Amino acid sequence: MASSPESEHPIKAYGYAARDTSGLLSPLTFSRRATGEKDVRFKVLYCGICHSDLHFAKNEWGFTKYPVTPGHEIVGVVTEVGSKVEKFKIGDKVGVGCLVGSCRSCQSCASDYEQDCVKQVFTYGVPNFDGTQTYGGYSDHMVSDEHFVLRWPENLPLDSGVPLLCAGITVYSPLKYFGLDKPGTKVGVVGLGGLGHVAVKMAKAFGAEVTVFSTTPDKEKDAIEGLKADNFINSKDEHQMEAARGTLDGIIDTVSGNHPTAPLLNALTPHGKLVLVGAPEKPLEVAAFSLIMGRKTIAGSNIGGIKETQEMLDFAAEHGITADIEIIHIDYVNTAMERLLKSDVRYRFVIDVGNSIKAE
Amino acid sequence: MAKSPESEHPIKAYGYAARDTSGVLSPFTFSRRATGDKDVRFKILYCGICHSDLHFAKNEWGMSTYPILPGHEIVGVVTEVGTKVEKFKVGDNVGVGCLVGSCGSCQSCANDLESYCPKQILTYGFPYHDGTYTYGGYSDHMVADEHFVLRWPENLPLDSGAPLLCAGITTYSPLRYFGLDKPGMKVGVVGLGGLGHVAVKFAKAFGAEVTVLSTSPAKKQEALEGLKADHFIVSKDPEQMQSAANSLDGIIDTVSASHPIEPLLSVLKPAGKLVFVGVPEKPIEISTYSLIMGRKIVTGSATGGLKETQEMLDFAAKHGVTADIELIPMDYVNAAMDRVLKSDVRYRFVIDVANTLKAP
Repeated sequence: MASSPESEHPIKAYGYAARDTSGLLSPLTFSRRATGEKDVRFKVLYCGICHSDLHFAKNEWGFTKYPVTPGHEIVGVVTEVGSKVEKFKIGDKVGVGCLVGSCRSCQSCASDYEQDCVKQVFTYGVPNFDGTQTYGGYSDHMVSDEHFVLRWPENLPLDSGVPLLCAGITVYSPLKYFGLDKPGTKVGVVGLGGLGHVAVKMAKAFGAEVTVFSTTPDKEKDAIEGLKADNFINSKDEHQMEAARGTLDGIIDTVSGNHPTAPLLNALTPHGKLVLVGAPEKPLEVAAFSLIMGRKTIAGSNIGGIKETQEMLDFAAEHGITADIEIIHIDYVNTAMERLLKSDVRYRFVIDVGNSIKAE
Repeated sequence: MAKSPESEHPIKAYGYAARDTSGVLSPFTFSRRATGDKDVRFKILYCGICHSDLHFAKNEWGMSTYPILPGHEIVGVVTEVGTKVEKFKVGDNVGVGCLVGSCGSCQSCANDLESYCPKQILTYGFPYHDGTYTYGGYSDHMVADEHFVLRWPENLPLDSGAPLLCAGITTYSPLRYFGLDKPGMKVGVVGLGGLGHVAVKFAKAFGAEVTVLSTSPAKKQEALEGLKADHFIVSKDPEQMQSAANSLDGIIDTVSASHPIEPLLSVLKPAGKLVFVGVPEKPIEISTYSLIMGRKIVTGSATGGLKETQEMLDFAAKHGVTADIELIPMDYVNAAMDRVLKSDVRYRFVIDVANTLKAP
């Protein structure tokens, strides 16, 4: 007989989960495995809300198995470590991001690119290697293999740092991989939301000259004064877009709504790179000519490997980079999801899990 | 009163030109400038027929100003040099490719990437610095600025080497720039025509393991036995494509007919590169998921700079890379164009200009 979420593992756990495609979250009692040799067990203090949580909760990508407890921007304090754990001890502050497993033997894993591993295990909503579902950070505690646990830097705030575990690495990784991290590089950021605002902060910390593209003119003040971007362009204004022609070395495009690619390619210098980190539903339509004349590149990027995520956290701590957040109680989560859908947040919700998810 | 092609310059020249969008070429008398300080004047021996010649002759790209005298794979022997010319002397064998001018001061020019200069001047059909239009290699002689003239390597055949001046650099450049030139790299080549067959030869010379992807099963033998490709896949066969999933470091796509690219992305490894050198007319459709999961890139490449073109010729001479050609007399050119349209050539026509172009 199939085990239920509550009985499949020996240690009780409590959280919030979606049960169906409405995506509405409600209390769930489930269970987590005992602390294995290489496991780190920790009490969850904060968990960021990522738009992916909403996609998953509503089964918008078609592979959600209910019930699903989202949350992959998780920070907490260690309560137990397995006998072979070397990097952590009880009381340490730690984080877990989007992955809790990978095959550890393929070329990608060997190169510290676990996010490219075809057997990667997401932090929530998918089968783990033991066949049971993974449950994410909207819960009282987590247990994870040491390899996928991040050391939390001393001077990085827990609450406003936690969104870096997804939003942060998602923009840090392509800025580095595509060589957009050199001082003086001209970088564009499309969209000013959870990903976009962190992209501006990271790019500025690398010494880039940053241009924000947005369809919301009233974000200009925030972009320039709040986030210290150098330029702001209303992407629906043809004149402004034309003036930007051929000026940017790279663009990080965070927008997941469908939007035209050609004006962004035009804004690139020769050899420039347009990197998608948001995932528009419709395929892009690109004239091959616009790639060929100018040797321009369209690429995508997805989170980052664990080693790189640690590097990103240390970089953020060093440069004072955190997300702009709104802290909420867990029972506000459904309202928060609705506001997220309307992009009504500056710029990430963070659930105060430690103070609001209790055993029932 | 506007000067005619015949009178606008002091030195008489003759060749074959298209007068209208039929693209049909016929004898044409025109003129070329006197040899300036930095100019190299040469008698044309051979000129390759590139598919671009046909596009231009028929004004398919909307930028042709008739009469159009095509030809940008030009090889000849120097007859006169300007007083400030340092690299060439009378009697030298030389080549001219796709460019005869650029601004000389932009970022691309400064980095020896003249083919990405926004003010580049194409060898034919473009206004030169003096306002007159350029005429290409289907003619008795040419004059070009020394900077845009290539030294012809000793042991590189003039006739079968001529196509390297466009087809060669077009495929050599992206193999190098995108890091596909390391021994053991797994490189795919889509399409086996003028560009494709040279791409296979260069990739093999670099030590790559080469897979040809073609819609024509009939090309298998020539790919494997003639060109020494390592593998051959019929790109319309889902099973063959599936067996090659996630296997290639990069793909050089030479096909200018519209074709689906998702199957090509699936054959790339994580971080793999799909490089367009052919120009499909319709926009290409790219699913963002394919780019984001696996960090794959879609990009393009256009010929190459002069420095790199010289490097390519020297490499070709050293490794015995030449095009497979069909040598034709000048008056066969229209029939040849018809055959190019049907891809009925293995794999490049080369006009035996010196021996068959008759003075008027």
